This record gives sequence, C-alpha cells and structure tokens, in this order.
Amino acid sequence: MADVTSSATAKVTLPRDDQILITREFDAPRDLVYKAYTTPELVKRWWHANRGEVTIVEIDLRVGGKWRHVMVADDGSEVGFHGEYREIVPNERIVSTEAYEGAPASDYPEQSTLNTATFTEANGRTTLTILVEAPSKEVRDAIIESGMEEGLQDALALLEQVAASLR
Amino acid sequence: MARVARAATTADAFNAVAEPRRREILDALSGGERAVNELVRDLGLAQPQVSKHLRVLREVGAVEARDEGRQRFYRLNGRALKPIHDWVRPYERAWSERFDRLDTVLEDLKEKEEGDGGRD
Repeated sequence: MADVTSSATAKVTLPRDDQILITREFDAPRDLVYKAYTTPELVKRWWHANRGEVTIVEIDLRVGGKWRHVMVADDGSEVGFHGEYREIVPNERIVSTEAYEGAPASDYPEQSTLNTATFTEANGRTTLTILVEAPSKEVRDAIIESGMEEGLQDALALLEQVAASLR
Repeated sequence: MARVARAATTADAFNAVAEPRRREILDALSGGERAVNELVRDLGLAQPQVSKHLRVLREVGAVEARDEGRQRFYRLNGRALKPIHDWVRPYERAWSERFDRLDTVLEDLKEKEEGDGGRD
C-alpha cells in the first residue's frame, strides 16, 4: 500500500448559529474523492472514523433517492443516519438531508440537517467542504456536542488499552 | 454525559460570538490588528455599532485594544476563544479521523487506476 503522506486535519468552523462547515483537502482528483464518497463498499472503509464498523451503507444516488449509514461502535452501540438526496451534480456537489436515528423525535423532518458537500479540484488536489445547516441553534449545538461523547468514548477506549497492557 | 457547562451570563465567549456582526469583527481581526475606522469601513456599519460590539468582545477578553496617537487598534485574543475551540475539537477530530481513512481509500483508488492505465 502506498504511503499516505497527508497529515491534513479537517477544519471545522461555525459560520452561523445554525451551521457547521467542515473543510478538508485531499491529495486526489475530485472524481476519485466523489467516488469514495458515493460508493457503498468504499464508504464502509472510511466512514467509521476508527470508532467501530460500518455495517450498512445504502446509497440511492439520485434526486429523491434515500441513503442510510449504520455503524456498530466499539462499545457495541449501534448508530444510524439516513436522509434523502435533494440535488446531485456528479463530481461537484451533493445536497442531502441527514437525520440521526438516535435523536429524540428524529422522525420529524425538522430535526434533519441539510448538508451540502462540494468538491473542488486544483492542481490534482481536491477540497471537500461539507456545510451542515441545522433547523436551529439547539440542533446544531447538539450535533457538536455529540462529538463530546465520541471524544469521551475515545478516552475510554484508550483507558481500556492501557488497562489491558497492565495485566 | 460530557457536556460543556456554560455560564448563563451574557459575559462569556459563547454569547459574545453568538452575534453575527461580532463574528464578522472577529473574522476581520483574524488577519491581524485593525484600527476602529478600518473595521467600520470593512463591515459597512456605523461607528457606534462597531464600538458597541467591540466593547462586548473586549469584556469577555476576545479582543484587546491599544491606543496609538488618536487611533485605537484592536486585535484578537485567541485564549479567550479557546472554550469555543475546545467545544468544537472532538467533533473536528472525529471528522479528521474519518478523512484520514478516506485518504487511504483514495490512495488505493489512485493505484488501481494507474494499474488499469486509466490515469497517468
């Protein structure tokens, strides 16, 4: 396998009270980034963020088509997200809704975010931006804070490793 | 769970940056120190409004001021904004790890295409 030299980190900013903007550059042309982003067997390989195993990736990539990602986290808990595609410009732009299946009343569309993924290429490198627009500041903040819980899980996993090494 | 306990006062960094105009001021200052009249011009706001926002930002320590001659210059104070950074960081880290995995997938795709002769 080739060396992965990229040490870029995702940049997260909060442009507005109800928005999250995630930006990351990749050392690959955008048709490949788009492919990795929209092909189920490839999504399974990266979407887990080292926090578990992606068990289900359904992608019906057309306007009105549905998507669903399910992951079993290392602690055994199952987390699912799903949504619908609203706009698709191949290799350039995907607008979709996203709802967290564990969120209270997640069946209500007002709990969904509207996500716009934009792929731009320059000199063979691709910048991916994901703009997450939440229905309210409260929903936006809950999404950010879900990261707190993941961070805690990371810490616990690390603790477990350390504890095991002491045996 | 691990929630950030936020003070219910208006005088914290979270509330200070909750106002869109104040975030514009912070953005403008992220490029370096600016005089008040420069901020007035860049933001297209009236001076009293800009001064009011700067006062709030100064109260929470998000900006610092210094006088030079008849002008007052403002600059960012990153330390005061650290609570916000700390709040976002775990979320940012989750996406970073996700995208690190995506890097690996992309390397494989590039190799495969080279192998197929589909791309040079």
